[in-house]
Amino acid sequence: MSALLELYGVSKAFGGLRVTHDVNVALRGGDRVALIGPNGAGKTTLVNLITGQLKPDAGRIVLAGRDVTRASVEARVRLGLVRTFQITRLFSSLTALENVALAVLQHRGRTRNWLRPVAKMTSEVEEAQRLLEIVGIGELGTRSVVALAYGHQRQLELAVALALEPKVLLLDEPAAGVPHDEAPRILEAIARLPQDIAVLMIEHDMDLVFRFAQRVLVLANGEVIFQGTPAEVAGDAYVRRAYLGSYADARRQS
Amino acid sequence: MATRAGPSGIASGLLSPELLGFLVVWALGTVGYVLFPDDLAFLTRIVSIAFLVLSLDLVTGYCGVATLGHAALFGIAAYAAGNAARAGWADPLVLLAIGALVGAVSGLATGALIARFRGLPQLVLTIAVGQLVAALCNKLGWLTGGSDGLSDYTVGPLFGRIAFDMYGRVAFLMSVAILAVVFALLLRIVRSPFGLLTRAIKDDTVKARMIGASIYPRLVAMYGLSGAVAGIGGALGAITAGVVGLDGVSFERSASALVMLVLGGAGNLWGALAGTLVFHVFEHLVSTANPFHWMSLVGAMLILVVVFAPRGLSFGAIVLWSKLRARSP
Amino acid sequence: MRTVASIALDATCYGMTLFMISVGLSVMMGLMRIVNLAHGAFAMIGGYIASYASVSLGLNYAIAIPLAALCTILVALPLEVVLYRRLYANSDALTQLLLTIGITFLIIGVANYVFGPTLKKIPLPASLSGPFDIGFRMLPTHRIFVLACGCATALALWLLLERTEFGIRVRAAVDNAGMAEALGIRTSRIYLATFCIAVGLAAFGGVVGAELLPIEPYYALRYMVIFLVVVSAGGAGSIAGAFLASMLLGLADTTGKYLMPEFGEFFFYSAVILIVAIFPNGLLGREH
Repeated sequence: MSALLELYGVSKAFGGLRVTHDVNVALRGGDRVALIGPNGAGKTTLVNLITGQLKPDAGRIVLAGRDVTRASVEARVRLGLVRTFQITRLFSSLTALENVALAVLQHRGRTRNWLRPVAKMTSEVEEAQRLLEIVGIGELGTRSVVALAYGHQRQLELAVALALEPKVLLLDEPAAGVPHDEAPRILEAIARLPQDIAVLMIEHDMDLVFRFAQRVLVLANGEVIFQGTPAEVAGDAYVRRAYLGSYADARRQS
Repeated sequence: MATRAGPSGIASGLLSPELLGFLVVWALGTVGYVLFPDDLAFLTRIVSIAFLVLSLDLVTGYCGVATLGHAALFGIAAYAAGNAARAGWADPLVLLAIGALVGAVSGLATGALIARFRGLPQLVLTIAVGQLVAALCNKLGWLTGGSDGLSDYTVGPLFGRIAFDMYGRVAFLMSVAILAVVFALLLRIVRSPFGLLTRAIKDDTVKARMIGASIYPRLVAMYGLSGAVAGIGGALGAITAGVVGLDGVSFERSASALVMLVLGGAGNLWGALAGTLVFHVFEHLVSTANPFHWMSLVGAMLILVVVFAPRGLSFGAIVLWSKLRARSP
Repeated sequence: MRTVASIALDATCYGMTLFMISVGLSVMMGLMRIVNLAHGAFAMIGGYIASYASVSLGLNYAIAIPLAALCTILVALPLEVVLYRRLYANSDALTQLLLTIGITFLIIGVANYVFGPTLKKIPLPASLSGPFDIGFRMLPTHRIFVLACGCATALALWLLLERTEFGIRVRAAVDNAGMAEALGIRTSRIYLATFCIAVGLAAFGGVVGAELLPIEPYYALRYMVIFLVVVSAGGAGSIAGAFLASMLLGLADTTGKYLMPEFGEFFFYSAVILIVAIFPNGLLGREH
C-alpha cells in the first residue's frame, strides 16, 4: 500500500526561531503513529503545517499522491486530511447531531443547498446519528454542545472528524483535559476508528501511546530525533535524555 | 429554542416553521389593520424596516458580521426603484423585483469587500462603505433628488388593476403579504444546510474550514441574499411612501436597525421581527412627547438589555417563560 | 498658492482636533480591546461643561478647560464601574456596540434635558481670538493654539506611556493582560486609570476643538464613528498611528471639502476604505 501522507524536508521558522526542521515522515493506510516530544518541541506546529494552517518555508507535503504544499486548509480536508484540536473546537450554537450532520453534508457537497431543511435530509442525518453511536454518544444528539460534558465534547469532535471520511486523521492530544474516569471512553472511540485510515496522534500520556501506537516519532527542537516502536523508543538512551527522562522522573516521584 | 430546532428537534408536529411564520405575519398584519386603520402608513413603514432588520440578521446574526452600514443596501434599492418608476416602470411588482435585484448586486459587491476582513477593520469598513454611499447619494442629485428626496414618480396599480388608495390599505396589505412570503422563505433558508453552515462559520471560522468549508464564498452569497431582502424593503418603502429620502441610506438608519436586531435577538429571524415591532411601538409611544426623552429612553433600554438580557428580548422571554413554567407544576 | 496654504492649515488643525479626541480612544482600545462608540459623547460633555462654565459662570477659558476635563471624568467614572467593566472580558462586538450606542443616546438625551437643545458657544479669550503674526503672514491665533495643544497632548501621552512606572504597567497589560496580572499588576486599576485618561483627553479635545467641531445636541451622534474610524486606521493602541491617521484623514477631508464641497465626506471615507483595506491592523498597529 502506498503512502497516504508524506512529508519531505518540511521546515518552518518564525523570525529566527526554528520550530520545524527537515521533517521527513510517511504514513500509510492503517498506520497508528504517535508523535511525542517535550513542550515546545514543535508538535502542534507540525500538525498546523500538515493541515495547511501554516505554510512551510521549505519542503513538500504529499497527500494521497498529490502535492498539497500550497493547497488551502479546506482543499486538504476535501482530499481526506482531517484533524482535531488540543482544545476542543465545535460549533457551539448547534446541537451535537447538527455538528456531525453539517460535516456529513459538507463532505457530500450538499451545503450549497439553501432550500431543503436539514431535517428532511434523512440520509445525512441518519449517517450523523450512526457516527454519534460509533463514538459512544448516540443518545446525546439533541443536546446543545455547550451542555455536553468535556469528555463527550471530545467524542463529538471525533464523530465530526469521522463524518469527513478521513484518509489521514491527526489527533492533537485527544484525551487532554478529560477527567480521568472519562478517558477510557475516548480510548474506546479511538480504538473503533476505521482500520484502513492512517492516524497520527500527539500525546503526552505514555500509557496511551503504548496502547495506541505501532510506531512513535520523537520530536525535539523541531526535528524528528527518533522513530521506532514504542518499546524501542522507551529503550533508547538518547530519547530518554531528550524527553522520557523527565517524564520517567516525574512518574517515579508521583 | 423551538424556532431554531435542528434536524433532531423538528419544531412542531403540525405546523412547519415556514407555515407558522407565514401565518403569524398575517395574523399580526390583520391585527394592525383592524385596530389601527388610521395608522396604516406608519405600519407600512414598520414592515419596510422589518425587511432591513431581517436582512441585517442574515449577515450579523447568522454570519457574525457586525455592520453599521447596512442601510446602504436598503437605500440604494429604494433609489433604484424610485428611478425605475420615474423611467416609466409603473408596475409595483416589477419595482420590487428591481429592488431585490439591485439590492442583491449591491450586497454581493459590498460583501466581496467586507467578507475579506474580520473584527475591527471589518466593522470600520462597513461604516465607511455606508457613509460613502450616503455621501454619494447626497451628491448625485440627478439620481436621488439630493436632500429634497426623490418624489417625482408614480406607481401604477397592483396587478394592473388594484390602485393604491389614499388610506394606504392596499399598500399595507401588499407589504404584509410580501413580508409573510419572504419571512417564510428565510425561515426555510436558515434551516437548510447553507443556513446551518453560516451559523457554523459564525461560531468558529477555523473549525468551519477544518470540515472543508470555504468561508468567503458563503459569506458573500449570504451578503447577496441579505442585499436582496434589504432591497425588497427599500423598494417597498419607495412604492408605498411615494418618496425616497437620504434617511434611507443614513448612518442613523443602519444603527437603529442594529439596535432593533439586538433588541429582539440576533441570530433568530423571529427576534428580528420582534425587535422591529417593539422598537417602533416604543418609539411611537415616547417620541411624540420629546425627541430627547426618546433618546434617553432608548439609551436606557439598550443598556438594560445588555445588562439583563444580553441575547435579546425574545431569548430573554423564552428563558423567563421556561423558568416560570418550571416553577408551576 | 493661498488655497494650498489655507488647506494645509485647516487640514492640520482639523487633523490635530481629530487626534486630540481620538488618541484617548486609541489607548483605551489598544488596552481594553473594546469598541467604544460613546467616546464622542464624552467630548460633547466636555464641551457642554466648558460652555456652561464660561458662559453661565463667567469663568476664564484657562480654568474652564481643565474643569471640563475633570467634570467629564467624574461624570464618566460611574459608567466605567457599572457598565464598561462588563465589556473588558466580553469580546462580543455586538454587545459592545449596543451598550456604547445606548450610553451615547442616554448622554445625548440627558445633556439636552439639562442644558437645552441649542448650539453651545465656548467664547474664546481675547488673547486667542485675534490674528497672530508668524512673520510672513497672519494666522488666527486659535489655530496656533489648537496645534500647540495637539503637540502637547502627543508629547505628554508619550512621556506618560514611555517614561513612567504607570506607562510600563500599561504596556505590559497591552502585551499580555494575563501575564501582567500574574506579575501582580492590578489590571482593573490600570483599566480604570486608562479610561479616565481617555475620557479626559476626549473632553479636552472636545473643548479645544469646538471651533472646528461645534458643540451641539447631536454632536455625539454626528461624530460617533469618526473617532473610531481614525483609531482603526491608525492602529488601536498606537499614539503615532492615531497622529498619522488623523493627519491623513484630516487632509483628505479638508482638501475634498475645499475643492469639491458637494461630495461631503466622500473623500474622507474613500481614504478610510483604502487605508483599512491595505492595512487591516491600522497604519502603525500590531496584529492581535
